[in-house]
Amino acid sequence: MIVFRYDKTFEGLLTTLFDAYTRRTFPERLLSENEPLPMFSEKAHRVITESYKSLRVWAALEKKLSRAVCGMLMHVWLSELPGSDELLFRYMHKALDAPSSIATHFADKDVMEVKKIAGKVSKEREHLMQFVRFQQAADGTFFAPVSPIYNALPLTMPYFTQRFADQKWLIYDTRRRYGYYYDLKTAEEVTLNTDEHLLDGKLDDAWMTQDEKLFQSMWKEYTLALTIRERINPKLQRQHMPRRFWKFMPEKN
Amino acid sequence: MNEQVQEKLKVLAASAKYDVSCASSGITRRNRPGSVGSAEGWGICHSFTENGRCVSLLKIMLTNHCIYDCAYCINRRSNDIKRATLTVGELIDLTLEFYRRNYIEGLFLSSGVVRDPDYTMERMVRVVKDLRTEHRYNGYIHMKSIPGASREWVDEAGRYADRLSVNIEIPKEQNLKFLAPEKNYQSIFQPMFYIQQGVSASNEERKRFRYAPRFVPAGQSTQMIVGATNESDNDILRLSSALYQRSSMKRVYYSGYIPINTGDARLPALKQPPLVRENRLYQADWLMRFYGFQASEIVDDAFPNLDLEIDPKLSWALRHPELFPIDINKAEQSLLLRVPGIGVKSALLIVASRHHGRITASTLAKMGVVMKKARYFITCGELPILTVNELHPDCIRRALAGKTNPKKEADRRQLSIPFPD
Ligand code: SF4
Repeated sequence: MIVFRYDKTFEGLLTTLFDAYTRRTFPERLLSENEPLPMFSEKAHRVITESYKSLRVWAALEKKLSRAVCGMLMHVWLSELPGSDELLFRYMHKALDAPSSIATHFADKDVMEVKKIAGKVSKEREHLMQFVRFQQAADGTFFAPVSPIYNALPLTMPYFTQRFADQKWLIYDTRRRYGYYYDLKTAEEVTLNTDEHLLDGKLDDAWMTQDEKLFQSMWKEYTLALTIRERINPKLQRQHMPRRFWKFMPEKN
Repeated sequence: MNEQVQEKLKVLAASAKYDVSCASSGITRRNRPGSVGSAEGWGICHSFTENGRCVSLLKIMLTNHCIYDCAYCINRRSNDIKRATLTVGELIDLTLEFYRRNYIEGLFLSSGVVRDPDYTMERMVRVVKDLRTEHRYNGYIHMKSIPGASREWVDEAGRYADRLSVNIEIPKEQNLKFLAPEKNYQSIFQPMFYIQQGVSASNEERKRFRYAPRFVPAGQSTQMIVGATNESDNDILRLSSALYQRSSMKRVYYSGYIPINTGDARLPALKQPPLVRENRLYQADWLMRFYGFQASEIVDDAFPNLDLEIDPKLSWALRHPELFPIDINKAEQSLLLRVPGIGVKSALLIVASRHHGRITASTLAKMGVVMKKARYFITCGELPILTVNELHPDCIRRALAGKTNPKKEADRRQLSIPFPD
């Protein structure tokens, strides 16, 4: 079995393709720097990530695939699912070899799988856009904790920067411990040195604006008042609004 | 902001929650964002109630006082309920603060009739105008137009709102007058007509001046109550299809009648709102808007009501076995769309992937085709040929209707997407 090792970055993955084409050997497994080798495999080739290589591969892909499909590949990468890098490797390999775009070749297992995973990540992005809840801090900044199952936060930045263009905000991924801070101009990625106090997702009372609690309780009351008793259907509610988002939503607390 | 406002919010939200009142419109139960055919870009649901209903807009009445007495409405003047009125300022604050917290996509404003229709419109317009001009609010606004409103106020509202709606509620005029003595066809269709005219005029303007102001860019919508009066599905769908002829009419909503005012002899005593029928009407509506069906193909004088046990597309297909089977590897998209079990998405996928090679039954399933239904109506070279023509339509009907208990199906689909596969 042919095995490559790389640094588990997206750039690294693209470099892996570059190396594979120059060496004319295509790995079946992609391992991180220190994962143990599977049985019966020869010595692994170690890929050194280099941006001129990754850029060339990406440019070649952009020629073969539409922008939307390139976006899907990014989505699959952000899924962080085990094996998704190997799936992407196979997909890109096929795409580069094929005379025309393989994007609609749904009889191919990998093409279907990429579409499926990209769809899941895109769903998670949508969930963030739906269920992010800001709390206003005393200094006027709006704060929202999130913990998506896929790393979909970067994909939501166009939405949040456009929609909330005239207020400062911080959206923080408490699972991956990084976030984006928007200062009325651009949204920058931030990691906080001390973020322990943010991980439970609730601003301290002392930090909130005066009316924050009132708005939270008004929103909760509002959603309760909308409920029609004759048509209770909690299963449908959970299906549309997965439980894992509830902990940061005032209407559910 | 204070607790008093919270109290008013509770009263007014409760008044707005039933689909049937001046607060209504099915907007909160629209299709899933991003799904095919959703022309509505603002369609993010920010929350779901325990009914599984989408909460997208702050749906609220300026006041639930009303001088009218519509039999089907919780806010009618003869009802003894808590009443409240928000000030223009309070309503604006609520909208902005909710919006900034990502609770909502925007505002859905309605009101009971106070004094007269124009007086009511004037106060509602003040809210939407101030939001847009003074607070430079760009979020979505849907405003109800009050039946009987004059052109002046409809025009003014249309400048600031993204969508206006006037609810028909009862499809036949004599029934409408019977249940809502203060309303008639004219009071409803006249404002609808003003909206249509406003939209056409602004479209003309914009051809000449690119930056001419838009008039209700998201068009208008309306709603009909199902099951409160004796209209057939044929009556209802014929009216919908006539309404869709107007370019500004984007959605017709159907609302299964919920008996709110029990004891009113003019209304039927239903134990359950007619959810299955409501769902079938949405499916039929879908067929007209996205599947290229005419209302007369779905129902007619000989077949005036939708089949409650099977969906309207399947029902149509079983009445037309001579058109099947359809060859998946050759048929045009418009024909694929007529196959029970094939939705808009899967039809697109089928057409897009055909040139890579023949499509097989297992690929079809992966593309989201409901094979349980589709198999009787297609060929793709490898399936045993047992189509609707070899088996009798009745036999297929029994096979497919028997398994899905319509009540259960309705529960499952209740207020979710009415998407006929
Ligand atoms: S006009 Fe009729 S439907 Fe509208 S709020 Fe008044 S009573 Fe209800």
